[in-house]
Amino acid sequence: MKRFLVPLGIFVVLVGFLAAGLQLNPREVPSPLIDKPAPPFTLPQLADPQRGFSHKDMLGQVWMLNVWASWCVSCREEHPVLVELARSKVVPVYGLNYKDKRAEALAWLKQFGDPYALSVIDADGRIGIDYGVYGVPETYVIDKQGVIRYKRIGPVTREVLEAKILPLVRKLQG
Amino acid sequence: MRRAAALLLAACLAAWFAAVPAKEAVPAAADPALEQRAMQLAEELRCLVCQNQSIADSHAELAIDLKQQIREQVKAGKSDGQVIEFMVQRYGDFVLYRPPFKTTTAILWIGPFVLLLAAVAALFAYLARRRRRSGVEGALNEDESARAAALLAAEPGDKP
Repeated sequence: MKRFLVPLGIFVVLVGFLAAGLQLNPREVPSPLIDKPAPPFTLPQLADPQRGFSHKDMLGQVWMLNVWASWCVSCREEHPVLVELARSKVVPVYGLNYKDKRAEALAWLKQFGDPYALSVIDADGRIGIDYGVYGVPETYVIDKQGVIRYKRIGPVTREVLEAKILPLVRKLQG
Repeated sequence: MRRAAALLLAACLAAWFAAVPAKEAVPAAADPALEQRAMQLAEELRCLVCQNQSIADSHAELAIDLKQQIREQVKAGKSDGQVIEFMVQRYGDFVLYRPPFKTTTAILWIGPFVLLLAAVAALFAYLARRRRRSGVEGALNEDESARAAALLAAEPGDKP
């Protein structure tokens, strides 16, 4: 009897590790930017490239930065969630239009609705690199001091919004 | 006939080579020494889009952008350490193929050796136990030894 217990024990431990491994998403790499100041940027606005927008304009407010592009398929998936969030006016969402063409980006917003307070153009993806973007969409929650408090890699779902983002936003808004 | 075919083949090849744009071969850093250093750095960094490839190997758009960043920084006279630091600040230790030793990476570095030691210890424990058991069960007592000797000494074909 005892000789079966040891292999069985090893098997159970192994299954435990594999089961835990299956739950993890290898694409979700913890960002080193959490609790660090949001990287500075000053970029032209998508709607009116003559005008600029800077991270400094948002000091004193809790806000969300959503990295999106018209070529990004998962962005379509999360878009209704963002539109709904914008309607609730709980927290302003700003868009970072990542490596996109302006005309296509504008057409995309026209087609699916524009949840953004405004979007800025990151045509060559440089600011994206500063923010550690490696898969669009990505979403950041930034506090009143301009510190990144949360990062979501991949589409924002209703579950993530309800369970993580909104409670954190309310806490930060204090 | 054969010659015509060879000529045709040569013409096709020439046309094909002429038509293929040399997209990958664009040397962004004109100085080959700088380019080599940039590529060495890129080989040390993991591409986040296709995680089993280095930035140097990957053709993902992000990897191409990051290669460009490395080239520019190398050109600007940044040290290797500064370039690596730039990447780690943005993407974390995960991008390093040789991550630094610290509390979060301790299991990564020590784990295999711990497993190896445990396996060796288990092997020795098993062997020691087997030796002990065979000492008890395998050895013959005096009577048995005498009988074995008698059997061995007996003529073949004889009944004991």
